[in-house]
Amino acid sequence: MTDELLHAELSRTWHKPTGLWGWLTDNHHTTIGLRFIITAFFFFALGGVEALLMRTQLAKPGNTFIGPDLYNQLFTTHGSTMMFLFAVPVMEGIGLYFVPLMIGTRQMAFPRLNVFAYFSYLTGGLLLYWALFSNFGPDTGWFAYVPLSGPEYAPGKRVDVWAQMITFTEMSALAGAVNMIATIFKNRAPGMSLNRMPIFVWGQLVTAFMIIFAMPSVMVASSMLAADRLVATHYFNVAEGGDAILWQHLFWFFGHPEVYIIFIPGTAMLTTIIVTYAKRPVFGYTGMVLALIATGFVGFGVWVHHMFATGLPQIGASFFTASSILITIPTAFQIFAWITTLWHGKISFKPPVGYVFGFMFIFIMGGLTGVMLASVPIDLQVHDTFFVVAHLHYVLIGGAIFPLLGALYMWYPKFTGRLQNDALGWTSFALLFIGFNVTFFPMHLLGLLGMPRRVYTYLDTLGWGGMNFVATIGAYVMGLGVLLYVSNALLSLASGRVAGNNPWGAATLEWATASPPPPYNFLYLPTVRDRYPLWTNAPDQPVVVGVPSDKREILVTKLMDAEPDHLYETPQPSISPFLVSLGSAIGIITAIFTPWGVPLGFVLVALAMVAWFWPKPPHKELLEEQP
Amino acid sequence: MNVRRLAVFALSLALVASCRREQRELRRSPAAAARTGGIVRLSDLQPGQPSPDIIVRNLSEERAYDLSEGKRLYASYNCVGCHSHGGGGIGPPLMDSEWIYGSNPENIHDTIVEGRPNGMPSFGGKIPDYQIWEIAAYVRSLSGLAPTPAAPSRDDHMITRVAPQSKKEETPKEAQK
Amino acid sequence: MIPLLAATYQSALHPAGKYAAEIKWLLTVFTIVASVVFVLTFGFFVVSLIRGRRNRMPDATDETARRSAKWVGGALGVTIVALFILLFASVVTGRALSHIYEPTERHVSVIGHQWWWEVSYDGPQADQIVLTANELHLPVGERVIVHLTSRDVIHSLWIPNLNGKRDLIPGKESTIAFQADKPGIYRAQCAEFCGMQHAMMGLVVVAEPKEKFDGWLAAQRMPSRSPVSIDEQKGQQIFMNTSCAMCHSIKGTSAGARTGPDLTHIGSRRTLAAGVISNTRGNLAGWVADAGGIKPGVLMPPNSLTPDELNALVVYLESLK
Repeated sequence: MTDELLHAELSRTWHKPTGLWGWLTDNHHTTIGLRFIITAFFFFALGGVEALLMRTQLAKPGNTFIGPDLYNQLFTTHGSTMMFLFAVPVMEGIGLYFVPLMIGTRQMAFPRLNVFAYFSYLTGGLLLYWALFSNFGPDTGWFAYVPLSGPEYAPGKRVDVWAQMITFTEMSALAGAVNMIATIFKNRAPGMSLNRMPIFVWGQLVTAFMIIFAMPSVMVASSMLAADRLVATHYFNVAEGGDAILWQHLFWFFGHPEVYIIFIPGTAMLTTIIVTYAKRPVFGYTGMVLALIATGFVGFGVWVHHMFATGLPQIGASFFTASSILITIPTAFQIFAWITTLWHGKISFKPPVGYVFGFMFIFIMGGLTGVMLASVPIDLQVHDTFFVVAHLHYVLIGGAIFPLLGALYMWYPKFTGRLQNDALGWTSFALLFIGFNVTFFPMHLLGLLGMPRRVYTYLDTLGWGGMNFVATIGAYVMGLGVLLYVSNALLSLASGRVAGNNPWGAATLEWATASPPPPYNFLYLPTVRDRYPLWTNAPDQPVVVGVPSDKREILVTKLMDAEPDHLYETPQPSISPFLVSLGSAIGIITAIFTPWGVPLGFVLVALAMVAWFWPKPPHKELLEEQP
Repeated sequence: MNVRRLAVFALSLALVASCRREQRELRRSPAAAARTGGIVRLSDLQPGQPSPDIIVRNLSEERAYDLSEGKRLYASYNCVGCHSHGGGGIGPPLMDSEWIYGSNPENIHDTIVEGRPNGMPSFGGKIPDYQIWEIAAYVRSLSGLAPTPAAPSRDDHMITRVAPQSKKEETPKEAQK
Repeated sequence: MIPLLAATYQSALHPAGKYAAEIKWLLTVFTIVASVVFVLTFGFFVVSLIRGRRNRMPDATDETARRSAKWVGGALGVTIVALFILLFASVVTGRALSHIYEPTERHVSVIGHQWWWEVSYDGPQADQIVLTANELHLPVGERVIVHLTSRDVIHSLWIPNLNGKRDLIPGKESTIAFQADKPGIYRAQCAEFCGMQHAMMGLVVVAEPKEKFDGWLAAQRMPSRSPVSIDEQKGQQIFMNTSCAMCHSIKGTSAGARTGPDLTHIGSRRTLAAGVISNTRGNLAGWVADAGGIKPGVLMPPNSLTPDELNALVVYLESLK
């Protein structure tokens, strides 16, 4: 078969449905991945606007721009949005888009699960913003400590909306994580043994495992909270033997790994950027992988440093101090390895390298203030102050958002087939970098000078006005930077230079196919013999043949060494994942108002599941093979 | 285009659907705190033409925040001391279907303001009027007479009463005055 | 010009007691180590960018990797040593901060409410217990154990000039020790988000010499001063006959409710509304008439009083020194 014929047949087989029906049914990993990214940025913009409103309110002491009620809703929604509706989904979206491309396959292992994950996530986000725009946004902070968020002190449905938003997003994250692990383990191109996987894929793998272990904790917690509020259970009622601290343990057992769930993909992207623009393999590949895994493990042993002020026994606190300090070691190794890679590389200075610079400056500082927070005595002073606000933005924006923006700039040609304007790219980076530091650096000092976090205003006599004003200016500069970044991306959509397959001369498989990738990803499924296939593959590197092109079949390989194992037909577009997601949405949202939502949801989901798992007629060939 | 139109429709529906349940008044006007007397006539005999009865709609019953405030005040002003958490003790229970002085919001309001024979003190002038309405709303929610999505769930105390969500609404039986 | 300098009476950087001083020492150690680490790491990174730009060819030979491995290993070793030093310093300071209290020490209890602090000092008899609000007095140079709990949600007591913070958790009692070494007035603020008026939940901390403190405590143990002038008498009547007495108590009168702060000696306090406004006649009148205007969402209702009534009430409250 010639290439043209093969292309035509594969295009027919992997055809992307269009229109509203297509929007509800399409299960291509690129479609879903891109949709995750765009939706996440939509929520990012909303969260950013909330941040600007809060900064405006805090610009001067005693400001009356927004009152306490709205302010509390804004900071809760801002935190919840950035953590649950932006950071995790956007990392997941990029994984969905690039992991199958990087490991040389045509589809995720469970395509329909992806569709379900997306719609769950979308519903959760819309639910939260429906509440906010109707003036009953949750108002107890993104970690919603009981009893403040319990039935006695949080009347109305504000907190219930928050708890169910958690249910939706965590369901989505769990579905995505299972899918990611199965895909990475079983669908890699022949020859891509575990020790040849790109670091980015390793990052996604570790993240997925962390999601599987961390998210159930918060789902349990939020369900217990919802039950306490709706059907008067007593999980958190102190008088009936419940415990207010239990909530904090459950939440932070998820909450701290959550930070690494956001940060690990960030570092993995940073490695990708550095390798691409320094044009050499990363220094200490094995060490990098071990660093990611170690971070994943130790990340589960540090949660109590969020709770030092609750009055823990000294010896217990010391253990968590030690583990919180320990977790810097793998990251320190990564930083040294990046420096070494750049040192011996040939760097081409493109805007993503600017984001590497931003990461180094901001994240190292955030990491060091993190070491301070690990120390019990210092933590007792600065816990729950603006110092912590500064720290968490330094690590999350520095450690995840800067690599993310850099990586998106790098991958932009792969998404769209066009290059962005470098001058605009540098300008938006500069605005973001300066704006960020102007906003958040003064907050370290504000915290030490006594300013607690989550205050809607403050007294004139405390003298915090000057630094707050500076921080507000910085926030607007940052907002301008984001605006410029997005405009650059939108403008280049139509007018950017055409990029070609591999504009940066990068090494990994996603650059081996067209930009944007065709629906079937690769005309011939590739094989690899090394970590950097596009740099080192032989000119006559074999390709996989024998994968039928008239069915959506993908190659399943073995876990360790990726030897070809068998073929597996992935499902056609179908409406059933959307229906399951709709059924669960109806159930979960009704459960905010009445316990009858639970059985209702069960029935609807069960019906939709029947459609989802309705047995397909067996293949003709299989029937013929039967003896 | 279709998707967008659908989204716009859903959004406007959602905004309309946001109801009184979530309203909060964080700064009461002093007028709301003014002292008032009773509302209901205790006698059917009136001079001249009989004027129509005043029908009161207690908005606090529909507001979750007000109901929750009512619950807090119910404890603060020591209603608990006689009526317990609805089960009664020295005073009659409030979570059943028996109402000696009427089950309407205005009846309960007047009972609190004026007091009743055999032990119910008169709180008139001692409690701001809007708080009386809040307490009246909460008292009605104890027997399931307020809308359940707005009614407060369990307390952060020893369990003393059934949460309104898990309770069947009872038809009030009015005992004669 | 915007003042860039913050006040020093609510600041972890201006310790006025030994615990805060210990923590500030530790913070200084950490900051110095962190700054050195930052400058070194970021410096190496900048050099790597410059070198990486100058390099003609990427260099990824095994020989280079071996040489680099030594550097990276060395850097990692230094990192680990630095971390151990920090860990050690932290544990040593932690030990210095931990307290095992002796029965003779002075005990104070602080109870968190939405959004004010109830402070009480033990007395030899029940009627000698001092109940006050939003003002904590400490004798200078003496270690005071503060017992903390909450009546509603979680709050956190944080007097940055004296020590770190400790949460006030409903259903649990925890303790924290303070020792003020410098007399002065400091300010604390709730540090755990506790709802609508979390931002305006302040506490005035008065550290004074022992004699002055004892004098203050003795005065606080007294029942309230009886009204003398006509206005004061009228004010007391209004207090007892309107909603005031439903929530507040004044020792020595029939007002004994514990929902709101105890007002037995309100005239002697420095601030109103939990450290938010100073205790002047105008502020007091404004607070009584319309508390929600100053702190939206506050649990104190507005009071519709005629100007005369309000004036008498305020005169009475002010007389409660």
